[in-house]
Amino acid sequence: MTLLTIAIDWFYVTEKILLISAVLGVSLVIAMYSTWLERKVAAWIQDRRGPNRAGPFGLLQPLADGGKLFFKEEIIPSTANKFLFILGPSMAMLTACMTSAVIPWGDVLTIAGREVSLQIADINIGVLWVIMVVGMGVYGIMIGGWASNNKFSLLAACRGASQVISYELPMGLALIALFMISGSPSLKDIVEQQRESGIWNVFLQPVGFLIFLICAFAECNRTPFDLPEAENELNGGYHLEYSSMKLGFYLFAEYINMFISSVLMATLYFGGYHFWFLDSLGLSPNMVTILGMVILFGKTIMFIFFFMWVRWTLPRFRYDQLMKLGWKILIPLALVNMIVTGGVILYRTIGF
Amino acid sequence: MSIEQIIFIVLSSIAIAAALGVILSKNPVNSVLCMIICFVAIAGHYIMLNAQFLFIVHLIVYTGAIMVLFLFVLMMMNLNAEIEPQKRNWLKYAGAISGGALLLVLVGALREASLPAINAGASSDIGLISNLGKTLFTSYVVPFELSSVLFLSAMVGAVVIGRK
Repeated sequence: MTLLTIAIDWFYVTEKILLISAVLGVSLVIAMYSTWLERKVAAWIQDRRGPNRAGPFGLLQPLADGGKLFFKEEIIPSTANKFLFILGPSMAMLTACMTSAVIPWGDVLTIAGREVSLQIADINIGVLWVIMVVGMGVYGIMIGGWASNNKFSLLAACRGASQVISYELPMGLALIALFMISGSPSLKDIVEQQRESGIWNVFLQPVGFLIFLICAFAECNRTPFDLPEAENELNGGYHLEYSSMKLGFYLFAEYINMFISSVLMATLYFGGYHFWFLDSLGLSPNMVTILGMVILFGKTIMFIFFFMWVRWTLPRFRYDQLMKLGWKILIPLALVNMIVTGGVILYRTIGF
Repeated sequence: MSIEQIIFIVLSSIAIAAALGVILSKNPVNSVLCMIICFVAIAGHYIMLNAQFLFIVHLIVYTGAIMVLFLFVLMMMNLNAEIEPQKRNWLKYAGAISGGALLLVLVGALREASLPAINAGASSDIGLISNLGKTLFTSYVVPFELSSVLFLSAMVGAVVIGRK
């Protein structure tokens, strides 16, 4: 006699588990090689060679770094709150990985007569999920900074939290203008709509894209907004007391966030897996899907490079400049952008 | 037991345990973290009712914004652990009485309430974003606009106070 009768579509579950593992694996590998790319780009900009000892072109450098972090001594300060001290980096990593659930990595693949959608969850609140995860991302920094029981860490954590909260607002407002154009907050719908019309949203929403780009920099704590880890002011930032792999988690989460932000910008404003003439080449649907995926990753790597280019070009903002930019420039600009978009849509649907 | 019931029981026990943690833990930061867990568990219940928009707004507004603010203030106040505020007896009684009164009101209101959305369970799709938007902007447009004016005035008030 069975006590539990659980009806589960095992094919569906297996398919989703495989997809989740693949997406997580790809995110981790890309984040890992972003650290390598960052050093290479920095070296290139500063006229140096960069890592070139471990493997050809220094390609094994991320593995060596990972190994080093794993084997370092793990230190938990005696005055720290132990549970929260471990929870901090775990939260940072968890929230960094959660966004990838709603991103459409490609169109439908047909494997053995079964249509496999290359998106983990096509929920109709896609972009709102992204905003939610960004909001939750503060906890990793705040909990870690507070649990270290160190004034510098706490200061950095407070900076990080207020920065992320401030830049969430213009980001949300820029996305509202995008929803008004696409008519749906589902990422799949946004991509399909750009694919059908052939016009990427960046041409319709240039100001919105600029606001989103600046906010993405701020949310990822990247230069010029890396105030939570301003080493010359704060002795290193919110992860000052961390060592070994817990520090590694914080650093790694930053690179995953950067990867996910790049994918989001490519998806929302640069047509996702769409490229002109790809549908009219006469290839088989599976081939088009795979090429689309390659194109999405190409766009993503372009944005990752842009993140690094900015990091090694611009100096850091001062804290009051950061707040002034967020509250006095970006929010009014995003509001005006929203109103103008609404006006244009109204004009085009009903005229005067 | 169906899978919905299992998920319901798990989520409910997490929510109740976290809610007890909020009032029982000595450290205010732990209380706030328990409250966040409680909110996430309740958001899970919204998903079970197919109320996706409510789920995401609950998480964005409460867990993402308000609780961060709570945590922010508490972490700053908790810097001086030696200066504990004195616990007065009448404060405890006042808290117990007002909490009990709120419980009575809630139970009284829910006892006679008809809950079509909850009885329909996941088969109702009023919680999806497009249906909810249409309902808000047709049947309930006056209360919706009134509450947005209220929010706007609160925002303007905050700006005016901030400028002084």
